[in-house]
Amino acid sequence: MTPFLAVLIPFLGAAVISLAANRPRLRDGLCFALPVPLFLTVVGVLVRRVGGDDAMEQTLVEWIPGVSLTLSAQPLGLIFALLASTLYIVATPYAIGYLRAGGYHHLTRFMACYAIALGATMGIAFAENLLTLYLFYEILSISTYPLVAHTGTEKARSGARTYLALLLVTSIGLMLPAIIWIGASAGTLSFTAGGILDDSVSPGAGALLLVVLLYGIGKAAIMPFHRWLPAAMVAPTPVSALLHAVAVVKAGVFSVLTVVLYIFGLEYTQSLLTQPLMLYIAVFTMLAASLVALRQDNLKARLAYSTVSQLAYIVTGALLATELAAIGGGLHMLMHGFGKITLFFCAGAIYVASGINTVSGMDGLARRMPLTMLAFFIGALCVIGLPPTGGFWSKWYLISGAWSTEQYLVVSAFVLSTLLNIGYLMPPVMRAFLRPPPDDEPARYRLSEAPALCLVPLLVTAAGTLVLFILADPAYRLLAMGIP
Amino acid sequence: MSSITELMPFVVLIPLIAGPVCALLPGRGLPWLLATLAMTTAFILSAMVLAAVFDGATLSYAFGNWAPPVGIEYRVDAANAFVALLITGVSAILLPWGKPLVDDEVPERQGSFYALVLIALAGLLGITLTGDVFNVFVFLEISSLATYGLIAHGRDRRALIAAFRYLIMGTVGATFLLIGIAVLYILTGSLNMVDIAERLPTAEGARALQVGLGFIVVGLAIKLALFPLHHWLPNAYTYAPSLISALIAATATKVALYVMLRFIFDVFGAAYSFAALPLAAALMALAIGSMFAGSWLAIMQSNLKRMLAYSSVAQVGYMVLGVSLTTLAGLSAAFLHLFNHGLMKAALFASAGLVAYRCGGLGMNDLRGIGRQMPWTLTAFALAGVSLVGLPPTAGFISKWYLLSAAVAADQLWLVGLILITSLMALIYIARVVEIAWMQPRPEGAPAVQEAHWTLLAPVWVLVAANFWFGIDTRLTVGGATRAAQALAGGVWP
Repeated sequence: MTPFLAVLIPFLGAAVISLAANRPRLRDGLCFALPVPLFLTVVGVLVRRVGGDDAMEQTLVEWIPGVSLTLSAQPLGLIFALLASTLYIVATPYAIGYLRAGGYHHLTRFMACYAIALGATMGIAFAENLLTLYLFYEILSISTYPLVAHTGTEKARSGARTYLALLLVTSIGLMLPAIIWIGASAGTLSFTAGGILDDSVSPGAGALLLVVLLYGIGKAAIMPFHRWLPAAMVAPTPVSALLHAVAVVKAGVFSVLTVVLYIFGLEYTQSLLTQPLMLYIAVFTMLAASLVALRQDNLKARLAYSTVSQLAYIVTGALLATELAAIGGGLHMLMHGFGKITLFFCAGAIYVASGINTVSGMDGLARRMPLTMLAFFIGALCVIGLPPTGGFWSKWYLISGAWSTEQYLVVSAFVLSTLLNIGYLMPPVMRAFLRPPPDDEPARYRLSEAPALCLVPLLVTAAGTLVLFILADPAYRLLAMGIP
Repeated sequence: MSSITELMPFVVLIPLIAGPVCALLPGRGLPWLLATLAMTTAFILSAMVLAAVFDGATLSYAFGNWAPPVGIEYRVDAANAFVALLITGVSAILLPWGKPLVDDEVPERQGSFYALVLIALAGLLGITLTGDVFNVFVFLEISSLATYGLIAHGRDRRALIAAFRYLIMGTVGATFLLIGIAVLYILTGSLNMVDIAERLPTAEGARALQVGLGFIVVGLAIKLALFPLHHWLPNAYTYAPSLISALIAATATKVALYVMLRFIFDVFGAAYSFAALPLAAALMALAIGSMFAGSWLAIMQSNLKRMLAYSSVAQVGYMVLGVSLTTLAGLSAAFLHLFNHGLMKAALFASAGLVAYRCGGLGMNDLRGIGRQMPWTLTAFALAGVSLVGLPPTAGFISKWYLLSAAVAADQLWLVGLILITSLMALIYIARVVEIAWMQPRPEGAPAVQEAHWTLLAPVWVLVAANFWFGIDTRLTVGGATRAAQALAGGVWP
């Protein structure tokens, strides 16, 4: 039960799945089984860490003099790994059900890349230094490209091109030089409580590094480098759900949180000249993306812009550079993950069962898909941040953090954005439940939920958001271990 | 130590002797078997040689027992042992891979074909190991002549023109080199590298020495295909038989770079070379030109091999850029990329060769949807491409990391931007191929293509695995490159 095992299992799984390409039943069985050992390993690591063990640092190889490929279990990373591995369990049956029902091809390639992406996510979560994080960050970008372009249509290919181009241009063009710069001046890249940059670079250089590094982490989707996320929506919904609502985007905000906490350090971040600038850019992203989401009729596009906005919450939480807000950001990573995957699962189920992919087409849908729409409602509550869902707590801490630093502008932006959330997430629910179906065909009243493989996962995650309302306290205490 | 000194010349001699024997062997199997055995033995020997000089020792062997300044001396330190390991290693992997392709492309008189391969490789190894400047010229001609012949073996008739063009450019380059060597001989009366280096200080004021250096650098820059002297390369790589493209792409330009460095550092001395001519500025300008022109032209190509050829021009630019930083770190980065680029280009050309073998054409249209039909080949191509772009955890990333760090350490921050931009250009041309091969359907009516046999795939995957192995375990590559740089410029450059 070590971090390395958690990284290894999905990669090995991908290899085994590829080898079973010619035996579909065996392959599907492997896909179903793979998340379980991964989840158990992560839980094992968590138990050991909480039980008082050290961080279980494992150096795999001395990579570059002074920087080694090292994994360790830190609280924030554990939350992230736990989130991704838990949702992987429910996303796998959903993916298989969805792809079968939708008549998709090349399932082996899909499931293998899916597993590799999860392995990379584990690597990011357990990275002990910035270079290890970068390694898995790039593996994640590359391994998700085939998933986005999966259908191979002209639209999918051009979307995937935008996706890969934006992610790699930012990571190669900005993040890599920033890492080299930090390594050259600080002499280390290890994540250290309190940061490593205080004395080693001039204030001007530190201010510049903050900008370069935050934009370099393109997966956090800070405007104007957010376009890849809507572009990625051409992917089949299971990809959008697990990867572009959880693994990939959370890898981005996790990296931002880690960098701010353990490379810059909270105090140092606050002293930087560009901290207010980046903070306001994040706040702007939060509001602007919500406004764009309001105008999207395509359900997945609406959810994508909502994700951009919610990611900006977490970046804002990191950039407020106080403990409370950082904890709020970490919690929101968890809560939003559950809420948003539920919404995407629902969007996919609706599409598979009825072919509807627009908000305007959802009139009266609740009569045909009551369970799905109920789950959608609960997921929406979580993303908005209303009790009794986990999303309530993360927003609570984010707003408290902003309040404690007397950033009232940020506080009001949080509140305003919450209203906008209601504005774009409630109409689909109200249309489905309150409006009559567009025409009075009896078929429109017949119950026709998506296949069970799709339906059960979304009910599970919806229930998860409710459970998290109660379980927020352990998560808070775990995060508080890592954020002094 | 003494026994390895006695064995060291055999790295060159084995292919050199096996070559003519090969020409006499009948049929298709025997010449190939002999060539493979010869290169495998040479590989084992050069690994032993590198192990012997890894700690900074120097091996010296006097041919015919004529003591060095008079006779021909082979002189090996970490720098040339490292290059020899690359040449022999890549050819030992590629020769087994190339057999069915050669059977297909060169159906007749394979004895003489493999003889030329061995002689070309012997020439390259000779340039690498010798400590005698005239010997460098002789071996350069040996390898070049053999290479012209090999390129002309290409199935496409345009191979003849490509070979002829290479012949003209190559001869110009060799003549320049010869003029430079003649100047050295006139000024010092010696042809031995160490001896020349000792005698040169007396001649340092001479204008002729400056001219000699200029001739040698330009002559070798042609062989190196440094922009704007790269015109021979794309056609030569494109129309040569697949095995030859892969072999020379991985070795020939590397040897030219190595021997240029040997002249600059050991014969003329770094202090003199970089003061007598504005070498640093010139190399940096040409390197940047190579990086951008090569990458841009690679993006423009519609033939896979030609695209890879232009990409080689760009990659040579990175190596020369490392040298032009005039620091030990930059020189190490150059050597590191020299080795790593050999690995990635060999893998890329080898998988492209398999595509050509199975599907006939290498135009972008022929490649549509080929990924599903040849998944192992195209996956290998994509992974080697990741290494070329320079993403972790591949050898290409390690090269980029050291090159970028060297640029940062030399306070040339603007170069960081240029290196990264050209990396992204590499991403464009590699991703385009991957997208066409995997994400587009086969054209209507195109015949189904069979995946290559596993015996063909295994060597390609060995190369791909090497790209990943050396992207994680960098002891051999970084250690070798650092020691190579130390052997050349230790004590001169910071």
